[in-house]
Amino acid sequence: MSSLQVALVGNPNCGKTALFNRLTGSRQKVANYAGVTVERKEGQFTDAQGRLVRVLDLPGTYSLAATSPDEAITRDVCLGRMRGEARPDLLLCVVDATNLRLHLRFVLEVRQLGLPMVLALNCTDLAAKRGIGIDVARLEAALGLPVVPTVAVKAGGTQALVQRLSAALPAAPQPLAEGSDLHEAVNRILAAAVTMPRRTAVIDDQLDRVLLHPVAGLAILAAVMFLIFQAVFSWAEPLMGGIESLTALAGELVSTTLPAGLLQSLLVDGVIAGVGGVIVFLPQILILFLFILALEESGYLPRAAFLLDRFMVGAGLTGRSFIPLLSSFACAIPGIMATRTIQDPRDRIATILVAPLMTCSARLPIYALLIAAFIPTQTVWGVFNLQGLVLFSLYVFGIVSALAVAYAMKWWRRDKTEHTLLLELPSYRLPNPRDLLLGLWERAAIFIKRVGGIILALTVILWVLATFPAPPAGAIGPAIDYSFAGRIGHFMQPLFDPIGFNWQICIALIPGLAAREVAVSALATVYAIAAASDEAASELLSPLIAAQWGLPTALSLLAWYVFAPQCLSTLATIRRETDWRITAIATGYLFGLAYAASFVIYRIALALT
Amino acid sequence: MSINPPPAAATVSLLALPRHQAARIEQVQDRTPEDRVSRRLRELGFVPGETVSVVATGPVGADPLLIQVGFTRFALRRQEAERVLVRLEQCP
Repeated sequence: MSSLQVALVGNPNCGKTALFNRLTGSRQKVANYAGVTVERKEGQFTDAQGRLVRVLDLPGTYSLAATSPDEAITRDVCLGRMRGEARPDLLLCVVDATNLRLHLRFVLEVRQLGLPMVLALNCTDLAAKRGIGIDVARLEAALGLPVVPTVAVKAGGTQALVQRLSAALPAAPQPLAEGSDLHEAVNRILAAAVTMPRRTAVIDDQLDRVLLHPVAGLAILAAVMFLIFQAVFSWAEPLMGGIESLTALAGELVSTTLPAGLLQSLLVDGVIAGVGGVIVFLPQILILFLFILALEESGYLPRAAFLLDRFMVGAGLTGRSFIPLLSSFACAIPGIMATRTIQDPRDRIATILVAPLMTCSARLPIYALLIAAFIPTQTVWGVFNLQGLVLFSLYVFGIVSALAVAYAMKWWRRDKTEHTLLLELPSYRLPNPRDLLLGLWERAAIFIKRVGGIILALTVILWVLATFPAPPAGAIGPAIDYSFAGRIGHFMQPLFDPIGFNWQICIALIPGLAAREVAVSALATVYAIAAASDEAASELLSPLIAAQWGLPTALSLLAWYVFAPQCLSTLATIRRETDWRITAIATGYLFGLAYAASFVIYRIALALT
Repeated sequence: MSINPPPAAATVSLLALPRHQAARIEQVQDRTPEDRVSRRLRELGFVPGETVSVVATGPVGADPLLIQVGFTRFALRRQEAERVLVRLEQCP
């Protein structure tokens, strides 16, 4: 055999992904399974004999009697029923040595499939620390499977496993008799091979006592979330400044090398300004994801779901919605995809519909631009930055709206059937820097891939729209007034006039449909050309709009961006996860709310100023 | 015909279990024929004879409950926890 196809299976929270990372390093490919949107992660490594081993990381599963789409994937791949997937040669079943009672039951269930199997006994270091004694030889005998101890978070912690995988395939295990009680079998195995002094780690008890406390726990959760938003705004600033000056430098370099003309204008005003204006927000996205990944790895995120479940249920959501919704703060697309961990279809659709209301990082460029231009820098109550406070309140506005929409949907449906939580709260653990980095790299790559191509194409298209046709000889007024973009903007303007948008904003909204952050580079292009400036466009934009727009227009645009589905990728993701009906509902209600909110805010602001 | 055998006299649901008090599971009740919730509870280790305790409760209306079963902690909503019938462990 030239290569070996291995599938990694195991319960959620067994350290499967850490093991996968340790085995395959950065040689991973993230995609989707054909026809469904469950994430498919495959990696590879070369074993001791130079043979290629392909490892498929299947979604964490409690049971082969699947209750969610990702559990169904695991079942179908193991059974060889998954379209486009070869049945694996070997199942590598992962268990957490500190949680054998739960995890061994699944091992026995998988064992019934009759495929060659190896058991990775993971987290043996933690088990030893807690005084859990495991007799590997007896465990092997009782299970009838090769058992290899691993420590996925330690370098070299999977050496023995790689060696075992390099050896000949083990014989397929003999299934237990039909209808055997798996829990009883687990208890027999545990009695034969495992000694344990205490059921849980003392540290978990102590941490949970504080972090799940009705008052202290909620206060800590609020503090953690506030810290994240302050960090996203302030830590990212020096990095963003660096990227901005690099962009300006690149623009100047091209301006001085190339003769003035169409090509120079395309490169500087279209390509460099557009791409630079997007990459500049990568630091914020990375900082936010660093927090989300660290909270996820440490075991805190499910605790947050526990604390918030009752509030979410009140609004027609679930504690499990918390993680997808929190991810939607970075980007609604991974957030919507993460809703597949919600077993309940109704809860899942409700979460998908409100996920776009979470303030995604692509809105930050718009918010940051408007806040910098219209909100003065001053300190409030001695500590808080007024600009930071406005940003925070925009986040709160999005959250409150999402809860209200979810509640309205619940009320609309008058649904009385039961919906479950059944959420495991894993042991706390220190996040492993390597796994954090790999996760961060994965998200950054997805962001750049998704944004880079679309934005480059759109910025160039916009440049064409804004450059041609050229103004007639002897024309007065800015050149863009005569272009296609100017005509489209003027055509749309009457519709948006009641909410205070000028034609420049109307133009920016069109390319901004591809991704919200494009609107900033679109505005930059529109104004840079209108101002006939050859400097870096983004630096000029802030004082320019401060001079040209009124405060009511700025507030109206902020309100528009809280609601409007200015992101075709999000709508495409909703379509992939659900159907056209749900997509149409999402699009309709989001645009409707956006127009209504902008109208109200604009009118109030006009009346007050 | 009832789905479940009648529970023994001294059994209560997890909802009635005081916090940090160990108890042994008697049974997980089916609410409907083919109750998926009960089935998943059993797969998660809520089986007769297992020791359970209530570790924490949510901030509003004591919902959800955090249940320790075996080595694992699960958050259950009240209607899920109500299905799990337990017998109090004798105090030594």
